[in-house]
Amino acid sequence: MTDAVSAAPVPRRPSAVRRAWSAYWARGRTIPVLTVLVVLIVLWYAAALWVNADRAERLIGQTGEEGIVAYATAVWNMERPALPAPHQLAEAMWDQATGQAITSNRSAVHHIGVTIWSTLIGFLAGTALGIVLAIGIVHVRTLERSLMPWVIASQTIPILALAPIFVVVLGQLGVTGVWPKALIATYLSFFPVTIAMVKGLRSPDILQRDLMHTYSASGSQVFWMLRWPSAVPFLFPALKVGIALSIVGAIVAEVSTAAQAGLGAWLLQGSYHGLVFRMWGALFFASALAIVAIALIALLERLVVRSRGGAA
Amino acid sequence: MTGSLAGGGFAGAHGASETVIEAEGLSLTFQTPDGPVNALDNIDLRIAKGSFVSLIGPSGCGKTTLLRTIADLERPTGGRITVNNGTAEEARRARAYGYVFQAPALFPWRNVIRNVKTPLEVMGVPVRERNVRARKALEVVGLEGFERKFPWQLSGGMQQRVSIARAMSLEPPILLMDEPFGALDEITRDNLNVHLLDLWNRTDLTVVFVTHSIPEAVFLSSRIVVMSPRPGRVLRVIDSDLPRERSLDIRENPKFLDIAHRVREALREGHSYD
Repeated sequence: MTDAVSAAPVPRRPSAVRRAWSAYWARGRTIPVLTVLVVLIVLWYAAALWVNADRAERLIGQTGEEGIVAYATAVWNMERPALPAPHQLAEAMWDQATGQAITSNRSAVHHIGVTIWSTLIGFLAGTALGIVLAIGIVHVRTLERSLMPWVIASQTIPILALAPIFVVVLGQLGVTGVWPKALIATYLSFFPVTIAMVKGLRSPDILQRDLMHTYSASGSQVFWMLRWPSAVPFLFPALKVGIALSIVGAIVAEVSTAAQAGLGAWLLQGSYHGLVFRMWGALFFASALAIVAIALIALLERLVVRSRGGAA
Repeated sequence: MTGSLAGGGFAGAHGASETVIEAEGLSLTFQTPDGPVNALDNIDLRIAKGSFVSLIGPSGCGKTTLLRTIADLERPTGGRITVNNGTAEEARRARAYGYVFQAPALFPWRNVIRNVKTPLEVMGVPVRERNVRARKALEVVGLEGFERKFPWQLSGGMQQRVSIARAMSLEPPILLMDEPFGALDEITRDNLNVHLLDLWNRTDLTVVFVTHSIPEAVFLSSRIVVMSPRPGRVLRVIDSDLPRERSLDIRENPKFLDIAHRVREALREGHSYD
């Protein structure tokens, strides 16, 4: 009897990993994202075959082979395809990142590092500047009238036109290296922070402000206990836009100043010398950098939201 | 245990008729794009220490404006207002009152106990004392055990109780309440009324309570001030001779019904539909 009981199959609890995995799938984002990715890759392969058609035909014409396989093989094996296929690019990027000593000028990691450095300085400075401007605009009425139009106008000037001017002027003043690039990143990234924080610092409702008034709270108490915490949810989306713009700013600065290193410089060398894989590599490394940076900010956001009890 | 919560320095004030709030010829005119609006017109009012005074009237009669003027959230354009033997501003600076708004106005990023501690932080009360006073205030409104919850995890009634606890944590001698239970369902409202009355009974708190509910005003108050709309004027002051200790059953009592009737009559008088 007891044997029969103990022999009955015990329903096994799914392991923690399994549960985490199914929870991940249940969130339902993976399948749509993967589907889009697959579609994009298929389209990309088709485009690669189509764009490289002329040269591929000439190549197989020489060998006398025929058929789609020979045709595709010819495309995949091109040294400098007009449009590389995904797997070719992946291979090339792997080599760019790991095939060289990272101090080498030919290593992608070296260039990414240089770009990260100017991006980071520019992002931090831009965020600080954006917050300071927002505080000024919210607290001083004349600043709102006098400053806000300039803040907006600043973003209507093409950064591509402005960047060389920055570099020349700063060079005259003896400021070189990372600083001109960081400054351009700052110039682009302060804007979303200012706009969001002006809105965020103004978001407390009348009741909450009246409440602080009944406590006879000082201006700085109202700021730190009410305005700043109210603005925090507005800050993170702005930081995500800001970091992406900082990367763009740093790369544009590198391109337009003929810098020696950085993703922008790498991109420029690639296009000078017709190094297709380098151009595409720079593009994908830059977007990977942006994705990682935004993910890090999203992580920080989640930690902050959790410490605030999930109040977004 | 919680008897000391409101104003320890007022021992033996029960029964005394010392005036804590006094308005003389108080007027307030708002300048609006559509022309001036007479919110308050020549209001005379005297509120004794330890009393529970309700301001009742239809919407737009200026009862909230009057309360806000007492709290120094509005400045009168005429007449005089005295709170705690000083100006309204002095009373606010001395943190003489706690104010409960129509909505809880909690800070969503702070948990319950930190919300209650907000005014104590502003006042610079030492950290240890903040904890003690906040817990005591939460106990008064029956929210022990909810310290670590966040506002979104509480019902509307509980949120409003947190906001009452927040006002009480200051241990103010005066509590100003602006339709604090207006947005709640009737059962919750009854329950909170009983809580509030109990709190008032145990302390020598002076309460000024804005409402547009006749039963609520009669149930809670020792004095009911009936106001008329546009311009806001005091129509009649009705003293309640109901005992200080009351339960919800008192609403069936003929005395209760009689006072309610008098309030209704006064309201009708002020309401001209022509």
